[in-house]
Amino acid sequence: MRAFLALVAGLWATAATATEADTLSVKVTYLRVETPEPPTLSNLEARPEDLGRAGAELGLADNATTGSFLGQTYALETVSVPEGESPLDAARAALAASPYLVIDAPADALTAIADLPEAQAALLFNATAEDDALRSEGCRANLLHTAASLSMRSDALMQFFAMRRWADIAMIEGPRPEDTAFAAALRASATKFGLEIGAEKQWAFDADMRRNASAEVPLFTQELGDYDALLVADETHDFGRYLEFNTWLPRPVTGSEGLVPVAWAPVIEQWGAAQLQSRFTEAAGRPMAPEDYAAWAAIRTLGEAVTRTSTTEPAAIRAYVLGDSFELAGFKGRPMSFRPWNGQLRQPIALAHARALVATAPLEGFLHQVNELDTLGIDAPESACTAFGG
Amino acid sequence: MLRHALALSLLPFAANAAEIWVTNEKDDTISVIDIETLEVTRTIPTGERPRGITFSHDYSVVYICASDSDSVQVMDPETGEILHDLPSGEDPEQFVLHPDNKHLYIANEDDAITTVVDVESRKVVAQINVGIEPEGMAVSPDGALAITTSETTNMAHWIDTETREIVANTLVDSRPRHAEFTEDGAELWVSAEIGGTVSIFDVESKAEKAKIDFEIKGVHPDKVQPVGFEFAEGDTHAFVALGPANHVAVVNMESYEVEEYILVGRRVWHMAFSPDKSQLFTTNGVSGDVTVIDVASREPIKSIKVGRYPWGAALRP
Repeated sequence: MRAFLALVAGLWATAATATEADTLSVKVTYLRVETPEPPTLSNLEARPEDLGRAGAELGLADNATTGSFLGQTYALETVSVPEGESPLDAARAALAASPYLVIDAPADALTAIADLPEAQAALLFNATAEDDALRSEGCRANLLHTAASLSMRSDALMQFFAMRRWADIAMIEGPRPEDTAFAAALRASATKFGLEIGAEKQWAFDADMRRNASAEVPLFTQELGDYDALLVADETHDFGRYLEFNTWLPRPVTGSEGLVPVAWAPVIEQWGAAQLQSRFTEAAGRPMAPEDYAAWAAIRTLGEAVTRTSTTEPAAIRAYVLGDSFELAGFKGRPMSFRPWNGQLRQPIALAHARALVATAPLEGFLHQVNELDTLGIDAPESACTAFGG
Repeated sequence: MLRHALALSLLPFAANAAEIWVTNEKDDTISVIDIETLEVTRTIPTGERPRGITFSHDYSVVYICASDSDSVQVMDPETGEILHDLPSGEDPEQFVLHPDNKHLYIANEDDAITTVVDVESRKVVAQINVGIEPEGMAVSPDGALAITTSETTNMAHWIDTETREIVANTLVDSRPRHAEFTEDGAELWVSAEIGGTVSIFDVESKAEKAKIDFEIKGVHPDKVQPVGFEFAEGDTHAFVALGPANHVAVVNMESYEVEEYILVGRRVWHMAFSPDKSQLFTTNGVSGDVTVIDVASREPIKSIKVGRYPWGAALRP
């Protein structure tokens, strides 16, 4: 009889645990707003079909494993909005199912989604848009950013220029709006670290550079005079690749090609990154890109917050994520956290070329009174964001 | 001729001096350091990416995690010859030998699994699902509990060695690396690399009873990353490697206060004591050397150049 009673008690305990577990199931939607892809001269690379999404899937698998020990479950829904269709309808539908969205969309679509009445109690993660305005005057309280901002990337590169004392800087700027924005960010970062960009030229060829780069580029770059290093703003990776080894003077090419400042690169292997890379490559069958990393970081942020707080309530998750005790291990050698003044994920920026990691910003000697990671991008005093109560 | 005979007769003595064995992760070798001379006396080739290293309790063989060869190698420490490989599961990183001298508990970093191998039958006897990137391994002195820490899941998993099932999961700070039971089995210590802390658990209740923070003047807190640690004689003090902070902290194990920081080489990983625990040898990954610390004075007394990215360290008395 006693044994029987004990058995019954045991069953009850199990049932109670199961009920508790049911209350902590987390649903996330990965929402992609498709945009037209500009043509490029080279046919070497195509945009992977699952760019970004594969990172979200890996983050979800990581969360699910952790959750399995705590009775928490995670589910990921993927939605892709074709060109010409309204991203707002898709966002509304997603928000009806879950308050957590990881979004791959341009800035205007992001802002429109964040401003939906249905999104006011939700928590959105920007996993691709680099626009600094989204972290400053255009910020939204319900929108966090795991993608690095343009100024974080340009600051990282200019820290490297300052450290290497590359003071004479030339720049070639492409014709696209992305190129203009990156060039402007590089100019601002140069000023921030006491540098100045000297000779500048606009890229102005419509020929196929694969055939005549070796003939045209030397003459084109001869007009830049002498300089220590050449910046190229070519964010769609159209022409920049043909500059390397073809410049009139033998000088390093940096910026969009050559030595690039990126939030993630396949050549990062220290700090346990080799494990993340191999897990990703095994799952996706290709190397991990910055878009994948940002989506992974968004999902992991959510998982980490749910694990530590044992809640799935968006307001509580947001408060924890923006608070002092949150930290994310991001395989980049430093704990990552969110800036409470604009919701940007603080993170080191890799300076890498195709074959190796050259350095990781913040570089030694760039000090900050609070967190050295805040030497990259918009720091509290420079931020015009008020939505975070700043 | 006489000199020859003398030299030969000295050889067995040389082989008997205590040694520290260091795995060089990026050289696929082990550097053997003589404790008397503080020199590298042998460099022994291993499988790919050797990391965890431990001797059998009778020191007749040494086990090496050859991570990228996906095997645990069993080596004759006299000859340096690989006797055989043990099945280990994928990417073994760290392991611990059960007090029964028979079962190795291995963390398979890429597979979220802890593998239990019988070293006699050379068979896998159990595989236990754990969190993402299992790393730290410990076994209680009475052999009843094994611990796996998982770096991305941020947990210590408590495994019953009898049933080989997880009996508890406790959250720790970000990226737990190393776990160790105190000699009396009452406490479990776990380091968290990105969290920058060491958590101390009461084994009986499995509840966290203390947490140690570290602060080094002139070193940014983000760079203070506790990884390997060892306990001094009588469990009075813990020596904690702080990774890229390039220091080893000396922690009072009664008050849990940090008493001192000792400067060592760059990115300090793991460590091993000399037989009388008067000297401590730390592996410094980035600088490719081993720092010898005099435990009594808490001073670094020598650095010894070893291979590239020294990682694990083990004593051969």
